[in-house]
Amino acid sequence: AMDTDLSSQDRKDLDKFIKFFALKTVQVIVQARLGEKICTRSSSSPTGSDWFNLAIKDIPEVTHEAKKALAGQLPAVGRSMCVEISLKTSEGDSMELEIWCLEMNEKCDKEIKVSYTVYNRLSLLLKSLLAITRVTPAYRLSRKQGHEYVILYRIYFGEVQLSGLGEGFQTVRVGTVGTPVGTITLSCAYRINLAFMSTRQFERTPPIMGIIIDHFVDRPYPSSSPMHPCNYRAGEDNGAVYPSVEDSQEVCTTSFSTSPPSQCVFTATKAHFQTPPPVVTDTLKVPVMGLAFSHQLSSSRLSYQPAALGVGSADMGYPVLFAGGLNAAHPHQLIGPGKEGGVPPVPSQPAHGTQADQERLCTPLDGVHYSAATPSSSEDTETVSNSSEGKCGSPHDLLETIFIRKVGAFVNKPINQVTMANLDIPFAMFAPKNVELEDNDPMVNPPESPEAESPLQGSLHSEGSSGSSTGNTHDDFVMIDFKPAFSKDDILPMDLGTFYREFQNPPQLSSLSIDIGAQSMAEDLDSLPEKLAVHEKNVKEFDAFVETLQ
Amino acid sequence: TRCCAPPSTAPAMNCRAEVLEVSVEGRQVEEAMLAVLHTVLLHRSTGKFHYKKEGTYSIGTVGTQDVDCDFIDFAYVRVSSEELDRALRKAVGEFKDALRGSGSDGLGQISLEFYQKKKSRWPFSDECIPWELWTIKVNVVNLANEQERQICREKVGEKLCEKIINIVEVMNRHEYLPKMPTQSEVDNVFDTSLKDVQPYLYKISYQITDSLGTSVTTTMRRLIKDTLAL
Repeated sequence: AMDTDLSSQDRKDLDKFIKFFALKTVQVIVQARLGEKICTRSSSSPTGSDWFNLAIKDIPEVTHEAKKALAGQLPAVGRSMCVEISLKTSEGDSMELEIWCLEMNEKCDKEIKVSYTVYNRLSLLLKSLLAITRVTPAYRLSRKQGHEYVILYRIYFGEVQLSGLGEGFQTVRVGTVGTPVGTITLSCAYRINLAFMSTRQFERTPPIMGIIIDHFVDRPYPSSSPMHPCNYRAGEDNGAVYPSVEDSQEVCTTSFSTSPPSQCVFTATKAHFQTPPPVVTDTLKVPVMGLAFSHQLSSSRLSYQPAALGVGSADMGYPVLFAGGLNAAHPHQLIGPGKEGGVPPVPSQPAHGTQADQERLCTPLDGVHYSAATPSSSEDTETVSNSSEGKCGSPHDLLETIFIRKVGAFVNKPINQVTMANLDIPFAMFAPKNVELEDNDPMVNPPESPEAESPLQGSLHSEGSSGSSTGNTHDDFVMIDFKPAFSKDDILPMDLGTFYREFQNPPQLSSLSIDIGAQSMAEDLDSLPEKLAVHEKNVKEFDAFVETLQ
Repeated sequence: TRCCAPPSTAPAMNCRAEVLEVSVEGRQVEEAMLAVLHTVLLHRSTGKFHYKKEGTYSIGTVGTQDVDCDFIDFAYVRVSSEELDRALRKAVGEFKDALRGSGSDGLGQISLEFYQKKKSRWPFSDECIPWELWTIKVNVVNLANEQERQICREKVGEKLCEKIINIVEVMNRHEYLPKMPTQSEVDNVFDTSLKDVQPYLYKISYQITDSLGTSVTTTMRRLIKDTLAL
């Protein structure tokens, strides 16, 4: 009875608008938390596939997640679509930062024109969302992610859950749009007690665990949907073509947009890889977010280029990375083009579509706009079908992809100077740590009693002290005379006995002294990426050498 | 295109007026103004219209991009249009220079006015009817040391976040917007001179307040009017 005033065509249109509005909302939010600047091109020619006349890219994985959460439903009263943004440190602690809510209430506006006013107002609301996503505290945090923490997203549908945001969270309303079936509301609730977690904390500093531990509460509700990093990395799903937004072929059938739809297909092509060095395989097994991973791969020449067909939302401002063998529980981590010292986003020797692809990449630094990608669809289709026949899924092929080191905009440190302290690697405990934690760590601060000596110390001299100088002869027993057997030597001024006595108490090895040892260990660890990179470069020589041994 | 009369100091009836105030350091003026103006224009620009038969039209696509500020801990989104960005930078640059000039106490305001053209018959010139006026009042502060400057970076960044929220809140009221025009009327509503986007017709003006508190341009205009009246 409520819908009798709405024609069936209008109702269909409205449902479509709301559905695509929800999908685009998710895209805007997640893309705003990727940690890098987003850039899309204006196009005076209408393409018909740019919903709401805005150039908002569709990351297929994100659309996939959104559709999964919505499960064919639309936001309605009591059924809201929520995008939860949280932060996860490299030590595994996580904290909710924001909940973006797309809700529907019962207040209807019967008079409003669906295909015209509602559509334009939804477009305006998306613009507001673009603006607001840059002014909440999580934006600046997300721009600095990658080294000590990452930003994750989770989409759920149903009742809004705000309890994870801590006390005193604030709300900002992005906007509302009245429709004949209800009023769409878009808002964001965000945690505010991040004050101590100012972005300065996330420079190259000791781990933050000690500070924010109070805020890590157990998730009160078991996650009905898995958390995904906003930085994208696909696990075993690499090579799987995420079904594009099939309905993107549908065009909003309004009087002012009648151009034919263009396809938006996102595929993984493997056309650009070189032979992946085995070293990379090993390092990829480290289940670490971001850090070590990106160290090893910063000099890798692997490259990946999505072959997006069509224009409009298919334009990629940044390539999506696929990484094999990594933690499959975090399959959604997008890493965009590096800004400082990373591998440039333009791949080497792509097999096809080079021109279009290269032009398509957007480097925020120089603000160059890429031209609208219009690769010939036949050529691309061929490549798509070829690659899909390939050995998808095998670990080896998973490596044949681009790794582009993402560096946040405000990160100004060289890649290989990042402390390894937060990594889940052996000897991490030897790396320089926060003072508070050092107190409890026996490896860093050995117990006070000097009797606790290392076995080495005991054998050389009974009273060990770090950094002892040479010639400390504190013997427990006094040597009266030492007549080493068979040691008569008239040529040297020193006899064996003297030699033995003099060199009986050599100074402590510096690497055994904990303080210096920890430092040099850290330095060693820091230089590991470089060394590994060098080894990686010379892998062919190593291979050849190994061959000769066989 | 013919020039319209300069914007009146008081908005006309039915013209929505919003005022924002910011206190910034000299080197932050440009970025702060651009952030606000671009945010407003993001909401007040559409894709290019392409008219077809039977009065229907299609709309081009508006791209967006992130802009990081150098002197403020702040980032904002603007429309991807180099022409529009150039136009705004030019106006803001002039405003900044005027603020620095003599007779200025560091107080001034820059206005962004959206208007519609109403064609009049000869000998009257076309009327410009404003329907939305944004005024940003600026107070330039001088800071003594680097520590204060660092605090200012953050504080101004936070303030601008508030301003963006204010702007979005106004935009969301869905108050008066000019009707979508027919092809013959489009230049009376939109600025169609740009090649990739189509903002509503707008003009930017500014006023510097001299130390006496009176606006310099107001004084000038009054002088001219008085002269003409004789």
